[in-house]
Amino acid sequence: MTATVEASYGGTPSGPPGSAVLAPVAAVTIDGEADLLRVRSALRTEAQAAGLGLTATTKLVTAGSELARNILRYADRGHGVVTVQQVTAGHRSGVRAQFTDYGPGIADLDEVMRDGFSSCGSLGIGLPGSRRLVDEFMIESAAGRGTTVIIAQWDR
Amino acid sequence: MHEAVPILRVGPDLLVTLQGDLDDLTVEAIEREVTAEVTRTHAHGVLIDVSGLAVVDSFVARVLARIVGMVRLLGADSTLVGIGPAVAITLTELGASLDHVPTALTAEQGMAMLRHLRSAGTRTLMRHDSNR
Repeated sequence: MTATVEASYGGTPSGPPGSAVLAPVAAVTIDGEADLLRVRSALRTEAQAAGLGLTATTKLVTAGSELARNILRYADRGHGVVTVQQVTAGHRSGVRAQFTDYGPGIADLDEVMRDGFSSCGSLGIGLPGSRRLVDEFMIESAAGRGTTVIIAQWDR
Repeated sequence: MHEAVPILRVGPDLLVTLQGDLDDLTVEAIEREVTAEVTRTHAHGVLIDVSGLAVVDSFVARVLARIVGMVRLLGADSTLVGIGPAVAITLTELGASLDHVPTALTAEQGMAMLRHLRSAGTRTLMRHDSNR
């Protein structure tokens, strides 16, 4: 019997109660180095459309860059999908992005969410670092079934 | 996406201007070109201006720190300039605070810092001593 670990971190992935998806979804298939730029560009476009400030936008784009790179480096053949969309909740607007890969999955989420952990000798600030940059962070993974990370950033 | 790396010679220093959104391969290409140019031109200092960079994430930060370390091994000083408040906040929260990288706010202050290091630094003195 294979052990699976599923865990969530951070707030609810869909934002505060009553939040709604606004604009159409921008989808980027992660397949190579250049897709990193497409993810950053999609995040920046949606952040600006949602009226996020420069710091909130920079933090969101940087977190997305780390997560997209994780897919490139660790997922099965570096394949995955990133979707980016504007969301609203009451008077607030924001951006939500979902990073999905069908790679090996993460066996111990508590371990990878700890500062300083790295599975491949890099700085190991990717996941915990990204989590600090955004308002909401949710990770779900099962060994052998891939990983999904959902982040959200709100205008204030 | 690979663009030509703008490396400008300004007196004894090299001015490296990073602009736009760079993928990882381009960032590594810049690393190679900067170290090659320092060796080729015998530059004393390297000023790296990142004010035009859209994103400085953990990978870019790591390569920048690496460039500074390599340039030091090649006998030159370097200064990183142009990190705006949004990038400073982001890098700090990310945990990639570039602790051992000399920085200045503007290119002008960075140039002044390189001049100061050149006039006061032991590195320059040691070079002269070894030539006697």
